Amino acid sequence: MKRLLKDVRRRYLALHVDSVESFSSGELMSAVWNAVMKLYGEYGASQAGLRLISYEPQERFGIVRVGHRNVDMVRASLASITSIESRPATVHVLRVSGTIKALKKKTDL
Amino acid sequence: MKRTYTDLHLCANLNNLEQASRLIDKASQLGYSTVAVPMPKNVDVYMQSLRTVCRDLAVDFVTRVDLRPRNPDELLRDLRKCRRRFEIIAVLCDSKPVARQAAKDRRVDLLDFPQIDFRRRFFDLAEAELASQSLACLEIDAGRLLTLEGADRIRLLSSLRREVATAVDFHVPVIVSSGVSDPLLVRKPMELAALSSLFGPTGKLALDAVSTNPASIVTRNREKLSPKFVAPGIKLVRE
Repeated sequence: MKRLLKDVRRRYLALHVDSVESFSSGELMSAVWNAVMKLYGEYGASQAGLRLISYEPQERFGIVRVGHRNVDMVRASLASITSIESRPATVHVLRVSGTIKALKKKTDL
Repeated sequence: MKRTYTDLHLCANLNNLEQASRLIDKASQLGYSTVAVPMPKNVDVYMQSLRTVCRDLAVDFVTRVDLRPRNPDELLRDLRKCRRRFEIIAVLCDSKPVARQAAKDRRVDLLDFPQIDFRRRFFDLAEAELASQSLACLEIDAGRLLTLEGADRIRLLSSLRREVATAVDFHVPVIVSSGVSDPLLVRKPMELAALSSLFGPTGKLALDAVSTNPASIVTRNREKLSPKFVAPGIKLVRE
């Protein structure tokens, strides 16, 4: 029988926050959502399928999940971040992978 | 073959070598193998110190000059003086006559336009046609996209989208550079490619704008500046 719904394909992005300050996961995600909404609006943000999987404030390392069609959109939004909570910061994408396991393996975690 | 990435516009403060070193180090960490730093056209003292910094950081250093002539005659004079001394020549086109002259001159590598003054962005169909017959490329600094906000960024994106579409139609190569002086504003090549999807190029075209297109300018000009170069396609093999 033909399947009516396609499987949702996702990508996991390993992030590194480049800053002298440290931020909570809430502050990071607030900055990410703001960046997506500034560049693509609420409609675009709703399509991104963005979700924080994990974040380690001490190491400033996090993993977010996005829809596989929206990787470039989220990457552009992350690149447009210049501050988090009015403190200078940059978010770099270290790796992109289809599974968390592979992502952790690729980033040597 | 693995792509190598080139940033042709790192605005280092030449009076502060430590800051310049940090900026180049950041670019190197983020994956650029070749960087260009604009230098004043009359002073050569910074060239050697920057070359040393880049050699220590294992980055290929490209010399660049940004010309800002007031009229076409001044542009021609500057080109005569600078072409043999710098590997990259960029012209900031402040007026239409300068933009037209820069687009048709084969000694010009990069065409730059004012980022905020949208009425002085002269990259239209005529400019693109002239540039397509010479060797000039359209350079876009991504730094402005990061610092501008709101209506200014919207207008900049709109202008860039129109210009890039024109450049692609006329086969004028587009180059995306950082154009920043703060290490925190330097972005990875893949991030610049993603940012460039905001105004047009996506996928391979966007990656070419940060790798193949700038690298080909550097290769072409180094070949021309080499003492063995005679004419395009002819070089001295043995004396």
